Amino acid sequence: MRFIYLFITSAITIFLCVTLNTHLILPAPLGKLLSPQEGIWQNAEATDMDYSADLHFNALQGQAEVYFDKRLVPHVFAEKETDAYFIQGYLHARFRLWQMELQTLYAAGRISEWVGDIAVDHDREFRRLGMVYAAEQSLKEMEADPLTKSACDAYTAGVNAYIGTLNQSNLPLEYKLLGVQPEKWNNLKSALFLKYMTFDLCGHDNDFGMTNAMNFFNKKDFDLLFPAVQDSLDPIIPKGTVYATPQVHPHAPAMLDSLYYHFKKDSVTVTEVEKPNPENGSNNWAVAGSKTKSGAPILCNDPHLGLNLPSVWYEMQISTPEHNTYGVSFPGAPGIIIGYNDYCAFGFTNGGRDVRDYYEINFKDPSRDAYWFDSAWVKTERRIEHIKIKDKPEILDTVAYTIFGPVMYDGSFAGKTHMNPGKNYAVKWAGHQNSNEFKLFYLLDRAKNYNDYLEASHYLFSPGQNIVFASKNGDIALRTQGRFPAKWEGQGDFIMPGTDSSYLWQDFIPENETPFQYNPERGFVSSANQRPTDTAYHYYLGREYPMPRGIIINRKLNALQDITVRDMMDLQNNNYNVLAEMSVPIILKNIDPIDLNPTARQYLNELSQWKYTYSANDIRPTIYELTWKALYDTVYQDEYQHAPVNTLQPYTSTLIEALLKDSSYHFVDDITTGEVETLPVMMTKAFKKAVATAEKLKSENKLSWGVYQDAHIDHLLKIPSLSTQHLQVNGGANTPNANTSNHGPSWRMIVHLLSETEAYGIYPGGQNGNPGSRFYDDGIAKWTEGKYYPLWMMRIEQSKDQRVKWKMRFSRS
Amino acid sequence: MKTMLSILLMALLSFALCIYLPWWSIAMACYIVSALIRQKRGWAFLSGFVAMFLLWGGMSWWISYKNDHLLAHKISLLILKTDSPIELILLTGCIGAVIGGFAAWSGSFVRPAAK
Repeated sequence: MRFIYLFITSAITIFLCVTLNTHLILPAPLGKLLSPQEGIWQNAEATDMDYSADLHFNALQGQAEVYFDKRLVPHVFAEKETDAYFIQGYLHARFRLWQMELQTLYAAGRISEWVGDIAVDHDREFRRLGMVYAAEQSLKEMEADPLTKSACDAYTAGVNAYIGTLNQSNLPLEYKLLGVQPEKWNNLKSALFLKYMTFDLCGHDNDFGMTNAMNFFNKKDFDLLFPAVQDSLDPIIPKGTVYATPQVHPHAPAMLDSLYYHFKKDSVTVTEVEKPNPENGSNNWAVAGSKTKSGAPILCNDPHLGLNLPSVWYEMQISTPEHNTYGVSFPGAPGIIIGYNDYCAFGFTNGGRDVRDYYEINFKDPSRDAYWFDSAWVKTERRIEHIKIKDKPEILDTVAYTIFGPVMYDGSFAGKTHMNPGKNYAVKWAGHQNSNEFKLFYLLDRAKNYNDYLEASHYLFSPGQNIVFASKNGDIALRTQGRFPAKWEGQGDFIMPGTDSSYLWQDFIPENETPFQYNPERGFVSSANQRPTDTAYHYYLGREYPMPRGIIINRKLNALQDITVRDMMDLQNNNYNVLAEMSVPIILKNIDPIDLNPTARQYLNELSQWKYTYSANDIRPTIYELTWKALYDTVYQDEYQHAPVNTLQPYTSTLIEALLKDSSYHFVDDITTGEVETLPVMMTKAFKKAVATAEKLKSENKLSWGVYQDAHIDHLLKIPSLSTQHLQVNGGANTPNANTSNHGPSWRMIVHLLSETEAYGIYPGGQNGNPGSRFYDDGIAKWTEGKYYPLWMMRIEQSKDQRVKWKMRFSRS
Repeated sequence: MKTMLSILLMALLSFALCIYLPWWSIAMACYIVSALIRQKRGWAFLSGFVAMFLLWGGMSWWISYKNDHLLAHKISLLILKTDSPIELILLTGCIGAVIGGFAAWSGSFVRPAAK
């Protein structure tokens, strides 16, 4: 009898253990997760945790010290260059490993391994875009250069040294939540991370949406909806600049009108799964000593990216006998990306040129073995992608490679909607070039003067960036850098025929024809993702650039004299919307208050007194945005109602400029009615609609801009309790302080290049990626208020300074 | 007295085993101690239950207290859908307790019951 009981109770115990150790019955292995010795409790860092350590590794060449300040920013002092990168890798992994791995799995199209088949479309699309292929091309270049190879090797060794210390207990929290284990780091992963940034920054082309628009509208309407250059543009390189005679002359193929421009053809393309956020952009500028109070240049940069926790940035100082650099780094890649050294400062904004084009491929048969090109059948190359899926068998995806690049969409993969239009599209992407962007950062971190900056810039192929520079000897400069195809007018705006070599990219714009400014007379250089030049530049630049931030920044910089750091902080936090300045008068001019009820009249009155500033506690930005959105919808909805799903819509600024030019803009008329509606009729209608929405928002206490915008910084897994929600932030999409609900200034930096550098910076996050740490999100509150931390370029003799809180010593074992 | 000793030994052995082995080795600890120290079956169950409740509940409370309950707030919202560190700590204690109780109970059947 006893043995029966023994058997039964043992069985129950084993059953309980299995249940609580797996997700066979419970949604999560609760026993494993909540075990105080190996579960999530181990990630609850004591608030007075001591980060100091004495560490020994074989791979080190010499001795190194890392001093952490009270924000957990490491100041690395290494005797050997490679040791500095080893330590950077170690620290990135120590504080951000899970994020690093997530981002590289995402880049490699392997995210299904962690989250299951919901990510299969993403994984297939990224594989088919050739993300891994692109990273492999980069890796070859990077490993061919001894400097970048040794830096990346040391970085990888540092990451793996940390991974080697991990066990189930000290595994980062998210690995426990997902039930996955870290894999070893390698140089390819670093290359993949940079390719992810390349995708994020220059994968926002709208070739499919544009092609659908072309197929749907006639040429005249299309040109009205998508003008090549905005009237109010203030380009990065000022208007009136004279450009040298071009060395490259791209030739447009014959019979473009019948073979390429398919206006009103009613054909439909696919829809992409992943599209980078169209707001990805940034501001940067540098003012010369002639315009500053101190007489020393000031450089500013605030890259606008998706805001997440853990942050995309990790702040640090790296000091070796060869260089001493402070700034933000990407967990996943060696070096400082945006920052300053003892001689100069540097920063980036996105160039935004269209460097991804699609070609329609005619395959001989469904095997995709051959395609028609220049009047012959040409063999494709095959790459078989193995996509592993959590809890499911792996799937194989065969991708055909053509002379253009991989065939991204075809019979077996038709993008987001899975609606196969029976077409095959190969992608040609600048990201596939063999380039070594690691060298750019390697050299910038060590740049001492303008020539060093030029030499460094040379290594940036893609993503194309506007690189700003300022140095202590007084130089300021900005280059609209990148390796860009020299395109004939209109090339790549739409899907091109893949049967004809004359549609290939013919050549690249020579580097010495890069538009740039070096110590311009106006005393400043600036960029905010607007079109780099006016139409005087001889090369075709595509049609999609946002212009409003550039206008206000240049206006302010032109007006300011005796500039101080305070002025620059104010400009980075400037909440003025040029588009509102242009369009509110149109609203006021076209509404007769007599047609409104007293409530609406009150709102109109409020709007008329607004100075176009997006403050979180003001209701007027909300009223304006609601009104213009309602107008935009009433103007275009009727024309677009039968358009295919993925048809590009015009920029808001396009409607504004059109109405300023022509109040009888024909899109205003509602084509679904018999009458001809005028702008006052439509504007009044739109305003009444906006007022109705505003009244509803008001009753819910959601009318003020900050509440309406409802900014949040999400954890990368979108787990609400690990995210920061309902932030009250100033600014909007088109203000220099470019905040939208989950996107905005990811790092604000100001560097005043006095003989003793004075620098400020902040990012919305914290140094420690562990949600159980007090350093997880400690920067957010101050960032929200538009305040800054002083950045401390520590010197080794300050090791006893009271700002030093912890110390890690690295030495050879 | 035997119960007190059992509780103490179960907690100590569980703690020690978990340094080297996965979390479910607490079941082994309670089973072994319960097989070695003869008690009435009910008392054996209670010993395992109380030992693991105190060990898991106590450890998680101490860790969470040192952490200002930062993580417990977040994880309780995730798992329990309510912002309550103490409930997460109690849940942790209860999970340990149930395993400990059943393991100790089954361990008590290894030998004839104490009179």
